[in-house]
This record gives sequence, C-alpha cells and structure tokens, in this order.
Amino acid sequence: MSSTVGVRISVNGEVREHEVEPRLLLVHYLRDRLGLTGTHVGCDTTNCGACTVHLNGEAVKSCTVFAVQADGAEVTTIEGMADGAELHPLQEAFWKNHGLQCGYCTPGMIMAAADLLQRNPDPSESEVRHGLEGNLCRCTGYQNIVRAVMEAAHSPQRTTVGPPPPEKPEAREEVGKGVGA
Amino acid sequence: MSTVEAGPTGNGYVGQAIRRKEDPPLITGKGRYTDDIVLPGQLWAAIIRSPEAHARIVSIDKSAAEARDDVRIVLTGEDMTDLQAPLPMAWVPPGVEIKTPEHWPLARGKVCHVGDAVAVVVADDKYAAVDAAEDVIVEYDPLPAVVDVEEAMKDGSPLVHEQFGTNITHEWGLGSEDVEEALAAADVVVERRVVNHRTAGAAIEPRAVAADYRAGQLTLYTATQIPHLVRLQLAGCLGIAEEHFRVVAPDVGGGFGSKLNVYGEECLMAYLSRRLETPVRWTATRSEDMQAAVHGRDQVDYARMGMKRDGTIVALHAKLIADLGAYQQLLTPFIPSFGAFVMSGCYKIPSVRTDIVGVFTNKFPTDAIRGAGRPEATHLIEVMVDQAAAELGLDPVEVRRKNFIPKEDFPADVAPGVTYDSGDYHGSLDRLLGTLDYEGFRAEQARAREEGRYLGIGFSTYMEICGLAPSRAVGPSGVGIQAGFWESAVVRVHPSGGATVWTGTSPHGQGHDTGFAQIVADRIGSTPEQVEVIHGDTDRGPFGMGTYGSRSLAVGGESVARAALKVADKAKKIAAHLLEAAPDDIELRDGRYQVKGSPDKGLTLADISLAAYVPENIPDGMEPGLDETNFYDPENFVFPFGAHAAIVEVDAETGKVDLKRYVCVDDCGPAINPMLIDGQVHGGIVHGVAQAMYEQVVYDDTGQLVTGTFVDYALPTAAEMPTFETDRTETPSPVNSMGVKGVGEAGTIAASPTIVNAVTDALRPLGVNHIDMPVTPLRVWQAIEAAQGRGSGPRASEQGVPEGGAQ
Ligand code: FES
Ligand code: FES
Repeated sequence: MSSTVGVRISVNGEVREHEVEPRLLLVHYLRDRLGLTGTHVGCDTTNCGACTVHLNGEAVKSCTVFAVQADGAEVTTIEGMADGAELHPLQEAFWKNHGLQCGYCTPGMIMAAADLLQRNPDPSESEVRHGLEGNLCRCTGYQNIVRAVMEAAHSPQRTTVGPPPPEKPEAREEVGKGVGA
Repeated sequence: MSTVEAGPTGNGYVGQAIRRKEDPPLITGKGRYTDDIVLPGQLWAAIIRSPEAHARIVSIDKSAAEARDDVRIVLTGEDMTDLQAPLPMAWVPPGVEIKTPEHWPLARGKVCHVGDAVAVVVADDKYAAVDAAEDVIVEYDPLPAVVDVEEAMKDGSPLVHEQFGTNITHEWGLGSEDVEEALAAADVVVERRVVNHRTAGAAIEPRAVAADYRAGQLTLYTATQIPHLVRLQLAGCLGIAEEHFRVVAPDVGGGFGSKLNVYGEECLMAYLSRRLETPVRWTATRSEDMQAAVHGRDQVDYARMGMKRDGTIVALHAKLIADLGAYQQLLTPFIPSFGAFVMSGCYKIPSVRTDIVGVFTNKFPTDAIRGAGRPEATHLIEVMVDQAAAELGLDPVEVRRKNFIPKEDFPADVAPGVTYDSGDYHGSLDRLLGTLDYEGFRAEQARAREEGRYLGIGFSTYMEICGLAPSRAVGPSGVGIQAGFWESAVVRVHPSGGATVWTGTSPHGQGHDTGFAQIVADRIGSTPEQVEVIHGDTDRGPFGMGTYGSRSLAVGGESVARAALKVADKAKKIAAHLLEAAPDDIELRDGRYQVKGSPDKGLTLADISLAAYVPENIPDGMEPGLDETNFYDPENFVFPFGAHAAIVEVDAETGKVDLKRYVCVDDCGPAINPMLIDGQVHGGIVHGVAQAMYEQVVYDDTGQLVTGTFVDYALPTAAEMPTFETDRTETPSPVNSMGVKGVGEAGTIAASPTIVNAVTDALRPLGVNHIDMPVTPLRVWQAIEAAQGRGSGPRASEQGVPEGGAQ
C-alpha cells in the first residue's frame, strides 16, 4: 500500500500534517505517528472504548475512524485534558475515588465521561452507568468509576470538560468533511 | 498535584485510604504499556493461526509472503528446530505422571485448536505484516475434533494427541481415604452434577511482546505478571544465559491470570529478534487474545454431600473432570488441584475427598484465571450446601451456621490436609445478616410470590487459600510445582533521606506502589511520597516470583516490611551512636529517631542516612550505607474469608435475572489501604457475577471458537452492575507480622454461587431445583419450561441430576 493522502488535523490544539495511508485508523495515527500513546486499543469490534477520543468535541471510538476522516477536524485525546499541571476535574475525581486500577481503560473512560457530562451535566447514577455502556473495564467493577463521574459532575471547579476548542484547521482532503462535525 | 494526603510523618500511614501513587501518569495518558514502547529499528510480527480445531499441516507455502519487499522473514515450526526446549509446564506432582505433549511456539506437523500458531511473518510495519500474513497459504488435512470433556474421556473418542492413546492426562486425589464409608453412614446423600463453564481472563490490554536483541544481550518487554519466571523459563527454551537476558513488565493493563504464563509469542519474538538482530514486536488483536490466552474454569463436577437430618455435613466427595484444552501451559493441570485444598470450605466436615481427572480437548489450554481452582471448588461447595438445605427442608443460613468451624478452633486442621490460620465465620455472616435484614427479605419474598413475582436470595460463605508460599508446601517435594514461592525486597535509603523499594512481585493494577510505600514509610520514618516502589524488571531488583494467587501483600508486602525493619534497625544503631544513647533507648516517633523520654534529642532519617553514606561517625565495625535486602518464605498460607449475599428478581416469562442487591462482608486481615481493598472486592465480585450471569467461552461441536470477540464474549458494562454494599471485618493472620491476608481473588471466589443460589431460590416455587451458570435468560426460561413439564428444557443431567438418577 503505497498511495497516501495528506491530512491536517488539530490534535490537542496543535495542527499536525502528515501523509497517511487511507486505511490508517485514527487510533494508529495518534499512537504511532504522533506518539500519543494514552489512547489505547482493547478490541477489534468497537466494543471496549479504550480508544475513545473527542472528534470535534464529541466522543468517538478512534479505532473505528480513519485518520483521513479526521482531516480538517479537531481531536482531543487524554493528553489534552489537563491544563498544564492542573488536572481536569474528571482526572482528579478518578484519582481521588480510585476509579482506576490497571489504567488501561482509563483514558477512554475519562473521554467518554467528559462527553457524557457535556451532554448531561447533572446525571443520575443510572444515567452515568448507561452513559458509559460503550466502555469496558475489567478491573474496577465500575463502582468507583461511577462515583468519580458523579463527583466530577458536581465539582465546583468544573467549568469546561476539555480545553477550549482551538480553531479547526483547513481540511486538506474532501474526504474529511462532515465527519463528526 | 500532591501524591498523598497529609498524615503523621513516619507513623500511621498504614490503614489510611491514601490516593494511589501510580495514578498521575495513568490518568494523563502518560502510562507506558508494552505496545507504547518504541524500539529503534523495530519490525512487526503477524502470526498465522489455524482455522481448524484439529488437523495435520499438509504444506505451508511462504513464497508469496517472502516475495514482498516489506517482509523480512517468514518462519514455520519446522524452521525453528534449533530451539532448546519446548514451552514449559511446571507441575510435577510426586508419584503422578502427567501427559505433556511437546508444545512449541509454532506448531510442528499438526494443529490442536483453533488459533494454534502455524507460521509467523515479520515485516517493516504492522499493516504490512498483516497483509503479508494473508499471503501465507497453509493446507490442512482436518482430523475429527473433540470438544465435550466427557465425550473426550470415552473409548473411541478422537485423540488430541495420538501418541498417548487416551485424552486423559492424569488422575490426582487429595483428602480423606474413608469418604465412601462416611457417605454410607450419612442419613441423606445429596448428589449433583455441577458444570463450571469456560471463561476468559479478558484483560482490556491484549497481550503484547517486544523483543530487543543486540550485541548478545536480550531485552524482552512483555505484558506479564511474572517477569522473573518468564526469564528463567525462556532462558532454557532459547539457550540464553539469564545474565544476558532481561525481562521487563512495564505498565500492564490487567492480568487476572491471563498474563501469568510463559507464552509461545514471548519465545517467538525473542527468537526472531535474535535471529534478525533487530527488535521484533507483536501485539495481540482481541480475537487473538480470545483464541490464544489461557482460559479459566471448564470443569464438570460431580459432588456427593453426606448429611445428617439435622443439617450436619458428615462427608463430601467431589469428582472434578477438568477440561484442560489441547496443551499443558505453565500450570494447566494443577489448577483444579488448587481447588481441592479448599474443598472443606468454611465447614467442619470429618471426611472430604477430591478426585480429579484431567482431559485433553481441542480447545485452548485452561490455566489460572482469577481464583484458579478455588472459585470452582467454592461454587461447588456453596451450591451443594444450598441444595442439601433445600432437600432437608432447612434454612441455608442455619445449615451454614451449624457447620461452620467455630472461631475458637483456629488454627484449624481440615480434612484436605491444610491448617487454616485464623477465621471468624460466624462473625462475618452475622454482620452480613445485620445489613441484609434477612427476615424482612423472606417476608417480602412471600408477598411477591403472591403477586406472581419471583425474588430469591443466595448466600456464599467462602474461605480461600492464598499467599502462595510456602515453598516447602507448594514446591517440588510438596505439591510439586517446580519453583520456590518466597518473595524478595530491597529497601534502599538514599543519602538525601528518600527511599527506593524493589519488590519481586509484579503488579498490574493492584496498587502495590502505594500500599508498599505506606508499609515502608511507617517502618523507616518516612512518608509514602518519599518512597518509590520499583517492580517488573529483572535487571533492577532481586529475583522474585511475581503477582498471582493473592500473594503480593502477604508474601511480597511482608518481605518489604522485613527489609524496612532491617533498615530501621540499622538506623537506630546509627542514631544511638550519634546521640550517645543505647540502641534500645532509641524509638521511632513521628518520623524521628529519638531518645526515649527526651524528644528533643532526635534525628531524621535523612540525618542518619547521610551519616551512613558519609561514614565518619558510625559504630565501629558497621558497614556503611542504608540498604537492606530480604527474602521471605512464609510458614503457611493465609486464609481469607467472608460472607456474600445476592438478591435477584427473575422474570418467569422471559427468564431474565435482575440483580437487585449485592451485600458482602470480607475479611482479609488488617487493612494497609482500605480503598485498595474495596477496589479489589468490587472488581472481583464483578468477575464472579459476570461468570454466573453472562460470560462464557463457547466452542461449537467442531471446535470453532464462537466467542472470539467482545461482541460475543459478554463482559458486563457499568449498566448491568449494581452498586455493591461492601463491608469488612479484620481477623489478623498469625502467619505474618502485619496479620495480612490477600484480597485480589476473594470477590471472584465468593460471587458465582451467590447468584446461582439466589436464582435457584427464586425459581423453587416453579419447580426448578438446580441450574448451572451462566444464568442467561434462555437457560432460565428453559429450566422453568422443563420444570413445568413443557418439554423444551435441557436434559435432566443439565439440571444437575447425575445420569442414573439422584437420591
Ligand atoms: S479499541 Fe476501539 S472500541 Fe475497542
Ligand atoms: S482499570 Fe483496568 S481495565 Fe479499567
């Protein structure tokens, strides 16, 4: 496979440009091309959610998006959630409530939870449990994850769920238009 | 960000729910799992796996793959005959021969299960490797496959390994010789057939390996629970001296036993890297992980429980038929035997015996998955106690109480030949009942039944054996595992007063960095913040045994505590010397080494450490430095216990089970960090509940793996699980200085019978007296149909009645 396509993607506020194979998955672009290894792969059937990132502000499973589909889009990964040394309220709440053990599901959980809280700022416990249905955790039994998300929802320092959205880059390829936007 | 909340300096960290030291990188995406590690010049391997359950390999055509520009090498099993030894199996029980076929990283001549590795392609990048793998053409001559374990035992069954002339790998027994007489003397013998189906570990991080051989030195990064044992075993397979071989377990994304093994892919990547003299890596896809990471459970169990009419248990015989799959992985045949040691459960049963038959089938090998033999045994005992209570018309809680080993009997010798260290089984059950309102529930259940609603309650009062160790009991001349079971630790205080701790355990989510730092801080007069814990690297600390069998705290933590005490002891001598006092007069208080009675005369650890490394003024004859090592081999196992209960509602129309409430009281001794215990309990319970309700590895009759992805293998999500009501009691173990036991597997060991007993309790009014896991809607509905004589249910034996009829 030698034919490549140019993409221009804003990742965590920084515009990145690369030539990629059209079949390159967004998760592999983030991990292997950009070295952003906080986004994980746990399955090959879009079940586990370990690969969850935000594409134009909405949670997507980056194992199920081609990098070319993100051309012209803004992507936020777990690495973009903290504001310098200041943790995002969800990160703080996961830490405080022991919402992780091995940590493998955690970046995806936090990204999915951020999306959930954006859509539903004051969820019930049941809404949190159902809202995280797309993310699997084998370690925690979910109890402390749910507690962490509930706490983050009511955290006084919570203002936004992610860094302020930077300007979207110009798409380099028509193929990226409209996906996740 | 501060890593710990405030606490008294150098005193009293143990017991506090301190936030984890390991979390900051993991919550910010800065973790370092095996697949995250980039090695210069790395190549990617893709493995060609058998689509057949059982077949001869007729030919392998590598030419098209080899012709690709981006392919570096294509190998088959026949190309790797220079390996020094096959993959290891480490159980050699005295007096019992276990049939163990040669098991190579790539199959030679035939394949024995779907997913058996046949060839490997190494290419310049991961997509290219997958492309090239599709160009390798393998021709198979299919053989008949055997999937059902009881069919595999019969004469005339297809043979997984023809050379043995049978699929039976071994027979092994433990316990009372007089069990038949004891059963004959019972008033009633309750017999059941209980199926404990196959499950997967399903850590969310798939297995991953990256090997880096350069200039005669091999470094293997692997997602493992046992880096030191991987090195020891693979050194033999590869013919590389241990001193030239380093194994690193970086951050590991969950294990649950699925990474407690020595796998073909680990050997294969090391071999390829050495052969190509460049790094070679492989990361399993989820479907590879489902096909080729060890499975758990998979037993058909026949139990006979002898009772007096008053509910006293007089005898228990368990025959376990263990489906081992196609090969012997590291401890495959041993796992059911581990259950035999807890076959007496919490009960004083005069005669208990377990007989085990191991059987090959055309499936991936089973091995240790969370609980490893103990969930199977506990499930059997706890289901049998409920079955016996129902058959005698007694309350299941009363039958448990009547048979519990009383608190004053500890340490208690039991029929399987072990000595339980400590326990208070009545205490945890009473506490559970207090939270539950048992009488209130029974009244509600009766009311609900009048309305046509089926509520049920299930109990599981469990004990388990963990803290693996002691070497003399488990090792070659004891149970027969070819290893020692001690643990090691180093505590090194730096000249500036901070400390680094090395442990031979190898955590993958449990929180050792935090718990061990608390233990050390209290003992040397430091803070958890100033104590760094290092693990998972054979080049950075002493040899160690790794993390499994809920051993890390009771064995590894105790070793850490002992090394820390050695440091404190030396620090006291230096302090005494500097303060011109007797060593016995120095006490560690609030993080200072001070003269008893004169708190103004004292030194910090940093003062003392500096004096130790700039040794102008230390006692005559004392070695400089403040750095101590411990190797700890305990005298006994530890025996955690507890009481769990579940309340369910079953929809009799659809068979759907709704888990309404789950309450538990666990006892793993005094808490080092209660937050970590709760986390282990939550995760453990879900693992057991999930087996009881959802998860099952299914191979069809031809040996095809039906549950090869997370679409088909039903891990529960947050939406299916309730909030657990957890509670604890603390009964110290006399075995170690901290009184601690283990808790990583307890929830899983306890949970599955609570669910099954609760569902059975709900369904009894409908005539269903027994049901096997997983209690899916289909199975529950079928059980109701069969009990109501509507004929669409399973055969009688699937309802737990042994063929030939029960009493
Ligand atoms: S890796 Fe994307 S959902 Fe599992
Ligand atoms: S913390 Fe291990 S999978 Fe969630």
